Amino acid sequence: MTTTTGDRLLDFDDVVSRYEPVIGLETHVELGTVTKMFCGCSTTFGAEPNTQTCPVCLGLPGSLPVANAAAIEATVQIGLALNCRIASWCRFARKNYFYPDIPKGFQTSQYDEPLCVSGYLDVVVDGETHRVEIERVHLEEDTGKNLHVGGSTGRIHGADHSLVDYNRAGIPLVEIVTRPVSGAGAKAPEVAKAYVTELREIIQALGVSDVRMEQGSLRCDVNTSIAPVGALEMGTRTETKNVNSLRSVERSVRYEIRRQAALLDEGVRIRQETRHFHEDTGSTSPGRSKEEATDYRYFPEPDLVPLAPDAAWVESLRLALPELPAARRARLIQEWGLSDTEMTWLLNAGALGVVAETVAAGASPAEARKWWLGELARRANESGTELTDLPITPAQVAELSGLVAEGRVNDKLARQVLDHVLAGEGGPTEVVEARGLAVLGESDELVAAVEAAIAGAPDVVAKVRAGKVQALGALVGQVMKTTKGQADAATVRRMLEERVVGQTG
Amino acid sequence: MGFHHSMSNLSREDVAHLARLARLAVTDEELDLFAGQLDVVLGAVARVGTAAVADVPPTTHAVPLTNVLRPDELTPSLPREAVLAGAPASEDDRFRVPRILGESA
Repeated sequence: MTTTTGDRLLDFDDVVSRYEPVIGLETHVELGTVTKMFCGCSTTFGAEPNTQTCPVCLGLPGSLPVANAAAIEATVQIGLALNCRIASWCRFARKNYFYPDIPKGFQTSQYDEPLCVSGYLDVVVDGETHRVEIERVHLEEDTGKNLHVGGSTGRIHGADHSLVDYNRAGIPLVEIVTRPVSGAGAKAPEVAKAYVTELREIIQALGVSDVRMEQGSLRCDVNTSIAPVGALEMGTRTETKNVNSLRSVERSVRYEIRRQAALLDEGVRIRQETRHFHEDTGSTSPGRSKEEATDYRYFPEPDLVPLAPDAAWVESLRLALPELPAARRARLIQEWGLSDTEMTWLLNAGALGVVAETVAAGASPAEARKWWLGELARRANESGTELTDLPITPAQVAELSGLVAEGRVNDKLARQVLDHVLAGEGGPTEVVEARGLAVLGESDELVAAVEAAIAGAPDVVAKVRAGKVQALGALVGQVMKTTKGQADAATVRRMLEERVVGQTG
Repeated sequence: MGFHHSMSNLSREDVAHLARLARLAVTDEELDLFAGQLDVVLGAVARVGTAAVADVPPTTHAVPLTNVLRPDELTPSLPREAVLAGAPASEDDRFRVPRILGESA
């Protein structure tokens, strides 16, 4: 099998039967602070170019950085949530390199003294727990944004020149680095994806970043290597950049495993290099070679004093951590009486959040799941949108579920109400009133329909009176038809029984 | 050309590497010249290492301060015209830079 890049790829199952993949992930998270890491410029996304800069983030002579307290706190929170040890003393360092997107000629980062070290994150793939060890969590600043002009749109190759916007330069960036993850075998691509997914949810739960991969507030570099099964040494790794969706994390690992195996089988050595992931083809291609890029001549940042997080303060942050996703899932499995599989369905459908909110708004867990995984999932699927992007709120779903429980609408009417709510006609109660979609009570209209059904089917009535009670179903059907489905079937059945069988009870 | 034989460790290749990292164009003759000069500088700095300071922790700052932080509060940014006025060239409200070859962000 070949791709447009011309890489020879081997069959994945074949490769993982002979080679052991090792993955490592470097994830960058742009923090959602109001201001930048070392100055008071705004971090708002999408502002006019170069309107959010100052002497500090432009690296103008004589300017001095001061660290953002909220960014330090957020990084410690992330470290704690990832079971890290928080350094009692650490420093920032200068990472020196020339590139137009770093105005200072260096990036302020951390080197040998990261803020958080030695943590782990457990991820579950197909019911099996994989422990991903966290090497470090450190704080640095983001770079500006290059726009390449000329050549094909936005691509660096063939560009005449580049235009730089420094609004993003200096936004606090947390880098989370795993230790090499081995032993996952064929599951390695899924473990990589599950790790980033779980990390994203943790950071969302902490509320320290909006972690939107498509906007670049969560970015992932994926290291992949393979070595023959049983080999003592790890293989040479490649680092895939530009991996901008959860699905791509998995795809990029899968691609690299298959590409590297083809080379190794031919006796070709893997080059340690940076590769770029291409969303359209799912392939990777070589970027700048690592040898040129590694000499960053780090040294301690002289313009910033060391950080010494107070142990009591760290402890207070630990105690104040919100409930983390894994604990929340375990609790909801208990509270809602779900199986692990049912929870997996909810997660895979991306419905856990909305279902929980629907339950919080008063619906029963079973009803909330039924609506979101059934009717609403179907509609999201039909319109090609995310479940959470449907124009209906969890509170409205709970309201609709309540209308059904009260008997004000039946299932069929509820689906119609849903259509109108999704069409933007207002909340469920509003729609029921405006459209007259409530079930008929024991109104004159319903009594007339019931009596007409009895009068129109003397044979059925005879059967029922002879003891064949299930024949009553035909009459219920007839009444529902006359009322265009707007009656409550249980009410209709009771009314028919009263009249055909005689006074019950 | 002042070759510094006693502590000379810096090769022409080292100098060429440093020059490339610093984006400096250095001629062949200059490589020898700078290798010698930089060796002298390194030799002078290396004398610090001979001081008996095994029990002194490394110092980053003359003042023993830690945790100098600021609250996460907005301060005004520079006007864009002022920012771009310092750029050798600008276009579309952005800094214009020569094309970037052989690398990518």
